[in-house]
Amino acid sequence: MKVLVGVKRVIDFNVKIRLRADNSGVETANVKMSMNPFDEIGVEEAVRLKEAGTVEEVIAVSLGVQQCQDTIRTALAMGADRGIHVVTDAPLEPLAVAKLLKAVVDKESAELVIVGKQAIDDDSNQTGQMLAALLGWPQGTFASKLVIDNGRAEVTREIDGGLETVMLKLPAVISTDLRLNEPRYASLPNIMKAKKKPIEALKPEDLGVDTTPHLVTLRVEEPPKRQAGVIVENADALVDKLKNEAKVI
Amino acid sequence: MTPYVPPIRDMEFVLNELADLNAIAALPGYEQATPDLVSAVLDESGKLAAEVLAPLNQVGDRAGSHLDKGIVRTSEGWKDAYRVFTEGGWNGLALDERYGGQGLPWLVATAVQEMWHAANMSFALCPMLTQAAVEVILKHGSDQQKETYVRKLTAGTWTGTMNLTEPQAGSDLGAVRAKAVPEGDHYLISGQKIFISYGDHDLTENIVHLVLARTPDAPAGVKGISMFIVPKYLVHDDGSVGEPNDVRTVSLEHKLGIHASPTAVLAYGDNGGAVGYLMGEENHGLEYMFTMMNLARLVVGVEGLAIAERAYQQAREYARERVQGRPPGTRAGDRVTIIEHPDVRRMLMTMKAQVEAMRAVAYVATAAFDKTLRQPDAGERRKQHELLDLLTPVVKGWCTELGVEIASTGVQVHGGMGYIEETGASQHLRDARITTIYEGTTGIQANDLVGRKIVRDQGQGAKRLIETMQSFAAELDGKQDDVIEAIRTALVEGIDAMSRATDWILAAHARDPRLPAAASVPYLRLFGTVVGGWQMARAALVARHKLDAGAGDSRFYQAKLTTARFYAEHIMPQARALLHAILQGSEATLALDTDQF
Ligand SMILES: Cc1cc2nc3c(=O)[nH]c(=O)nc-3n(C[C@H](O)[C@H](O)[C@H](O)COP(=O)(O)OP(=O)(O)OC[C@H]3O[C@@H](n4cnc5c(N)ncnc54)[C@H](O)[C@@H]3O)c2cc1C
Repeated sequence: MKVLVGVKRVIDFNVKIRLRADNSGVETANVKMSMNPFDEIGVEEAVRLKEAGTVEEVIAVSLGVQQCQDTIRTALAMGADRGIHVVTDAPLEPLAVAKLLKAVVDKESAELVIVGKQAIDDDSNQTGQMLAALLGWPQGTFASKLVIDNGRAEVTREIDGGLETVMLKLPAVISTDLRLNEPRYASLPNIMKAKKKPIEALKPEDLGVDTTPHLVTLRVEEPPKRQAGVIVENADALVDKLKNEAKVI
Repeated sequence: MTPYVPPIRDMEFVLNELADLNAIAALPGYEQATPDLVSAVLDESGKLAAEVLAPLNQVGDRAGSHLDKGIVRTSEGWKDAYRVFTEGGWNGLALDERYGGQGLPWLVATAVQEMWHAANMSFALCPMLTQAAVEVILKHGSDQQKETYVRKLTAGTWTGTMNLTEPQAGSDLGAVRAKAVPEGDHYLISGQKIFISYGDHDLTENIVHLVLARTPDAPAGVKGISMFIVPKYLVHDDGSVGEPNDVRTVSLEHKLGIHASPTAVLAYGDNGGAVGYLMGEENHGLEYMFTMMNLARLVVGVEGLAIAERAYQQAREYARERVQGRPPGTRAGDRVTIIEHPDVRRMLMTMKAQVEAMRAVAYVATAAFDKTLRQPDAGERRKQHELLDLLTPVVKGWCTELGVEIASTGVQVHGGMGYIEETGASQHLRDARITTIYEGTTGIQANDLVGRKIVRDQGQGAKRLIETMQSFAAELDGKQDDVIEAIRTALVEGIDAMSRATDWILAAHARDPRLPAAASVPYLRLFGTVVGGWQMARAALVARHKLDAGAGDSRFYQAKLTTARFYAEHIMPQARALLHAILQGSEATLALDTDQF
């Protein structure tokens, strides 16, 4: 069985986000970029499945600019076998990503897809669900535990009220939550070996996918600065403020 | 203690723009060290340093290591960290591929080691000693010794130590007394060694001691010292670990800093003699030790740099948060964070400028080291050797002295909280303090610089370095640019001071060798200050070009230019004062009778 893991290149979680001067978006030039942490968990899970003999091959897929190669290399250093890079400079919305991933899944005849539940840049939390719908596969989102056995995936999901366990028939799409595992540090020998593992470069056109965005970004702004709080004398004063100042009751 | 953030941006700048990583990667055997690989290596080692080693730094300082019924216990978390470190293959980064290492350039290893040491120097000392042991055995050991020890040391399955010091033999290793008596295919070693870092610990199943000792009819002094491999546990022919050898941990020292690094007193031969195997030939021990000295001294210099970087980060974070007072000229309004106060900025700039200068000099020196190993052309190799020989005592002496000063400034930035252990700032100062002492004190480095590197070749090497710097200064054209002009002027003056000081050293040595010896530490400091200024000027020029070309990342390059200017205006002028002390100062230094002190 082949497993396909989506790895997105995002601004490193340590970096303080700055906006572009023209408010057209977040500044990404000369900012340290890394693999989306949820995707690291996805790679780790896939590599563990391979080490356990459950899957034969782990393919890391990234979509976007040239430098996404570095993100794929990181996945290869963690233990993925090869990479597929869909090269495009155009902005990609979750639906376009899901369509591209579907095309790659079809091309590779993969039977399991693992993606992060969201990426820490846009926090969309859509790709995995859309991909499952496009493929017509079952989905196990927000996974905190994954057991694959006998053509089925038992997925423990983190939901508002606690944990939910679902049983999916493979092929399926899994999206990872933080508690699924703790990703390993790539070893130095594996970092060096990763350089020699193959990465196939494709274009959206090769996959027959139109990535034209459906949304227009008007302006990106900093959230308003929080005002300093005040301590009120008593409950009446609080009610008064809620009624007359905040006008929420 | 604040988290450690690996300064990868500046590291890559220094690696690529100043130390010329591309040229190193073009040397035979170093082809793997392409920029993207190096970048991946720095990223991952930076993660490990920040997430695994750095959080243990303060833990180790508080808990220390302990001798418990004859067994040395390392501090909490050390074993796990060591396992992650060695399983990741980091121990063998620059070591020989034939024995399981990765064979990357020492230049890359230096950047990586800066991170280990900045994150946790007490921890990083252990792999550093192992690395030194590997280098010695590879160079001077027999094939069988290499097979038995180097593979295990490279993997980190065993660790290495350096057993030089004895109570009466510290800086003066000629006074070593430990005995080695031949017995069949080996020797029996007896005597006491003190201050042995990681001389015992519980991280690995065996420890490989490299011990300096004398054979029965060895000549007196430095020419009668041999080196022996003395494993803590004897090794069977199949490589497995057997009986304990006759070496005992007598005690662990209580120290000012690096509490987690066990510093052992070792007794050899309580029960007749520890089994030791001769390295190379008898009476060449000190010479062998010196073959790894260049590397070891560079790395200890990098410890100074590393702690200075960590102390700077800690001070910078505090200065951004601590609210106190208002800036000069304002009476009303909100109180500000102390980073707004001009004097706090001066302190932070002093730290930042010297950290960046040290990084540049240390990496450039290591690039020279790589070239001495791999450069095919013999003439070029010789040139690089000359540069390396000059810079090694400077990197060791200057970077460690600055490391202590900068860690002290870091405490000052914190005010009273700096003096309180909880903050973490004072640990950097205590830890840094050893770096000017072990692996040869600053005084010994200065003797090496003046005696072996300047006087011995009548200043030829230093003069060639001075010419190199002069021709660079001549290329700096400040006509269009005030900042570059300020940097150029300071550099020209600094080089002039270095040149005059060098001439004086040579002339004074001919009169009375005590005179240059009295001036040697100020001379080393002057040397470091000027070479640091040269590297900062090179950095400034690159930054200027990048800014002019609109290369992006302008905030980094602007800061680099300003930092180089600060160095030129605030640090470089020290060269003139040092020159004055050198030219005038030795007679007064030597004049008092010893009982007048
Ligand atoms: C924490 C720690 C770890 C250590 N780890 C190791 C280790 O792993 N292995 C090991 O073998 N040793 C180790 N050492 C020993 C260390 O290398 C020595 O302490 C150091 O070389 C200085 O020797 P000394 O202490 O005898 O001082 P001394 O040599 O007595 O020096 C005292 C002072 O005199 C000065 N001085 C001495 N001779 C001269 C001279 N010729 N010219 C000018 N000035 C001079 C020195 O600069 C110094 O200021 C360690 C020491 C410590 C404290």
